[in-house]
Amino acid sequence: MILVTLAGITSIILLIGITRYINTLCCITASRPPAIQHIFILFSLGLLFASSPVILPQKSFWAPFAILFFFILFIFQKSPILAQNSSVFLRTLTGQSPELALPIDLTWLGFSYLSFRLIHVLRDFQMGKLPTYTLAEFVTYALFFPTFTAGPIDRSQRFMEDLSKKQYDNDQQTIEKKDNLIAGTQRIIIGIFKKFVLADTLALFALNEQNASQVSSSFWMWILLLGYAFRIFLDFSSYTDIAIGIGRLMDFRLPENFNRPYFKKNLTEFWNSWHITLAQWLRAYYFFPITRSLRMKAKNMPVWSIIVIGQLSTMAFIGLWHGITWNFLIWGIWHGLGLFIHNRWQDWTKTKTIFINQTNIQKQLFAFSSWLLTFGFVTLGWVWFALPDFELSNRVIHILFQIK
Amino acid sequence: MESIFKDKKEPLLFIRNIIVKTLLLFIFFNLIFTALFPIEALGKISLYNRIFPGRTRLPYGEIPEKSYNLGIFNIEAMFTSHIISAGHKPSDEYRVILIGDSATWGFLLEPDQTLDANLNQEMLINSDGRRVKVYNLGYPVMSLTKDLLILSYAVKYDPDLIIWLFTLESFPLDKQLFPPIIQNNPQKVKTLIEEFNLNINLNKDLFSPPSFWERTIVGSRRNIADLIRLQTYGIMWAATGIDQYIPQEYTKRMEDLPDDKSFHDITPPTLSPSDLALDILEAGVVMAKNTPIIFINEPMFISQGENSDIRYNFYYPRWAYDDYRKFLEQEMLLNNWNYLDAWDSISGEEFTNSAVHLSPNGSQEFAQLIKKAIQELWKGKPEY
Repeated sequence: MILVTLAGITSIILLIGITRYINTLCCITASRPPAIQHIFILFSLGLLFASSPVILPQKSFWAPFAILFFFILFIFQKSPILAQNSSVFLRTLTGQSPELALPIDLTWLGFSYLSFRLIHVLRDFQMGKLPTYTLAEFVTYALFFPTFTAGPIDRSQRFMEDLSKKQYDNDQQTIEKKDNLIAGTQRIIIGIFKKFVLADTLALFALNEQNASQVSSSFWMWILLLGYAFRIFLDFSSYTDIAIGIGRLMDFRLPENFNRPYFKKNLTEFWNSWHITLAQWLRAYYFFPITRSLRMKAKNMPVWSIIVIGQLSTMAFIGLWHGITWNFLIWGIWHGLGLFIHNRWQDWTKTKTIFINQTNIQKQLFAFSSWLLTFGFVTLGWVWFALPDFELSNRVIHILFQIK
Repeated sequence: MESIFKDKKEPLLFIRNIIVKTLLLFIFFNLIFTALFPIEALGKISLYNRIFPGRTRLPYGEIPEKSYNLGIFNIEAMFTSHIISAGHKPSDEYRVILIGDSATWGFLLEPDQTLDANLNQEMLINSDGRRVKVYNLGYPVMSLTKDLLILSYAVKYDPDLIIWLFTLESFPLDKQLFPPIIQNNPQKVKTLIEEFNLNINLNKDLFSPPSFWERTIVGSRRNIADLIRLQTYGIMWAATGIDQYIPQEYTKRMEDLPDDKSFHDITPPTLSPSDLALDILEAGVVMAKNTPIIFINEPMFISQGENSDIRYNFYYPRWAYDDYRKFLEQEMLLNNWNYLDAWDSISGEEFTNSAVHLSPNGSQEFAQLIKKAIQELWKGKPEY
């Protein structure tokens, strides 16, 4: 079984690789596929690392190396400078012109999400939380096609529950299967509408590198920024809709990734409803371990400083996950600081009677102000996310607030 | 999981109902759309001149994502997005419209560098005290039939003066039905051909009415999408004032020319008036009724390079262009039409990527010539 699965995957990748030698087919991939021998070497290495917890269940010795391997690969993929230099190196090594090198050469469809799934498996394996899977089950989880490119990042334990469901053998299960068919189709249609009608229309005027330098009116700059805010939500959530919909068609109940994030009244709620599975992943594998470790090792450290370190570094990581650039880092820190301020505010208002004994109108006004502030904060943060460099973002901020 | 269905047959009925209802609604709306075929009416619905400022030239764009503009074939939508559709004509306005090709539209020129912008900067006042407002209704393809089609819409906007700019490339008979805007408005073109008895062959497949499928929502999806995109790009037009992507560098008009005397499918060494669609100019005059027209033969680049003894530029062999000017002058004199032959009025340095596209300076110089022509017309004795 293991051999058949391995042979199948290798054959598919080799077939794609072979297209480089066929003029009429070359190249069905965005960049010229690597040569067969390179595919084979890389694939063998990758598979060896990825499946080490399954193939060698007792050899937990390998897990940290595998995590490190994915982390380094991640840094090389996400850093434009490192990706460019790596491409120059690899092209030179294989006798190609280094002038053709582009950072995109290293881009690997679905890499980010695949590494999250693999690191989760490796980490749970290290912690002794991972049940034993067959290689077929593991590969199905790691390469599950609906979620391969854009998530959601499912936990393997939950995924296996769906995978191991018994075959339908009674009426209720037949109904459930049909329920899934209807709900899945509905979700896919909603996703397609959100992506191709709404998000792609908003993309015509949403803030981007080109139009950020062309607009000089504050009003229109806000319109462009709002266009971006809604575009990114609709675009990203539409992928999730389609993934969840396809999952339902196959009787998988993938986790939700969005829950009306722009309606939330504080930043913590926002991050509990925006890219939920990524936030949960980081909470489980980064935020909780680091804050726990700080609490254990630095017992004299005030709580607020542990929170600020945890939140800033977690959000900086989320920012850098999108690409290792200054702007993504600023975006992450922006949210990290926002979360910290909200955390302190919440702590402070807990005991203040003015916030406890509010009339209905006061409550409504407070709720509206909270929503406006949260939405404004998140929207403003997109300035750094949408644009490639600090100067351009700075220009946009100056225009938005008419700062001379 | 709690199912919304009580028994196993229910989901099948539900799915069947959804499919049937979807199909019925799809067929119903397509039939309604086919019967009404409201594409033109939809073109009249516009956010321009209401939420967004009207465009100063007709929509046209080869790279929409960079120019925030796109070429569409719904002429109603083109006009409703234009500033000429902004409310009624003010009583103190002397309305001048420019009809022409890409040179008039202002290829590689920003909105404030075009002929209309230069003329408006002159702030001319006519003899009865009305301020001159010039509207650019040029469209970047060379065909007199296209010009006539645009003019047929433009006359509804009550112009006081029509300035029709052209070059020889707009005249050959094989150019008349070539532009996509003509091919996508066949019924309107057919009406013009019939109404003015134009010398254009009507027995072409082009003029068959749209098929049933072409009239459905599905068949009209491109037109509907273009209407939505035109409206959406209104935001970027309002925000940036950009309606054309002007590259930093472009290939300059050809200086050294091929050793080639050919001009379309016309055999040298002479041109015949019947080779040219001169009858379309007359149709324009009839269409304009009492509104005066100034016809202008556009300036063009005159090469000094290789083979410039046999060709003026990329477009024209000398024999064809000289004959064209001769026929045009005869036609103008014969009909007593207002005519400005500006063919060699702008120096070669002022042409950009083609033999008819002017630089900002060239556009300014040409505007001065047009201004003079307008003032001469007001005096009643045009002497160009």
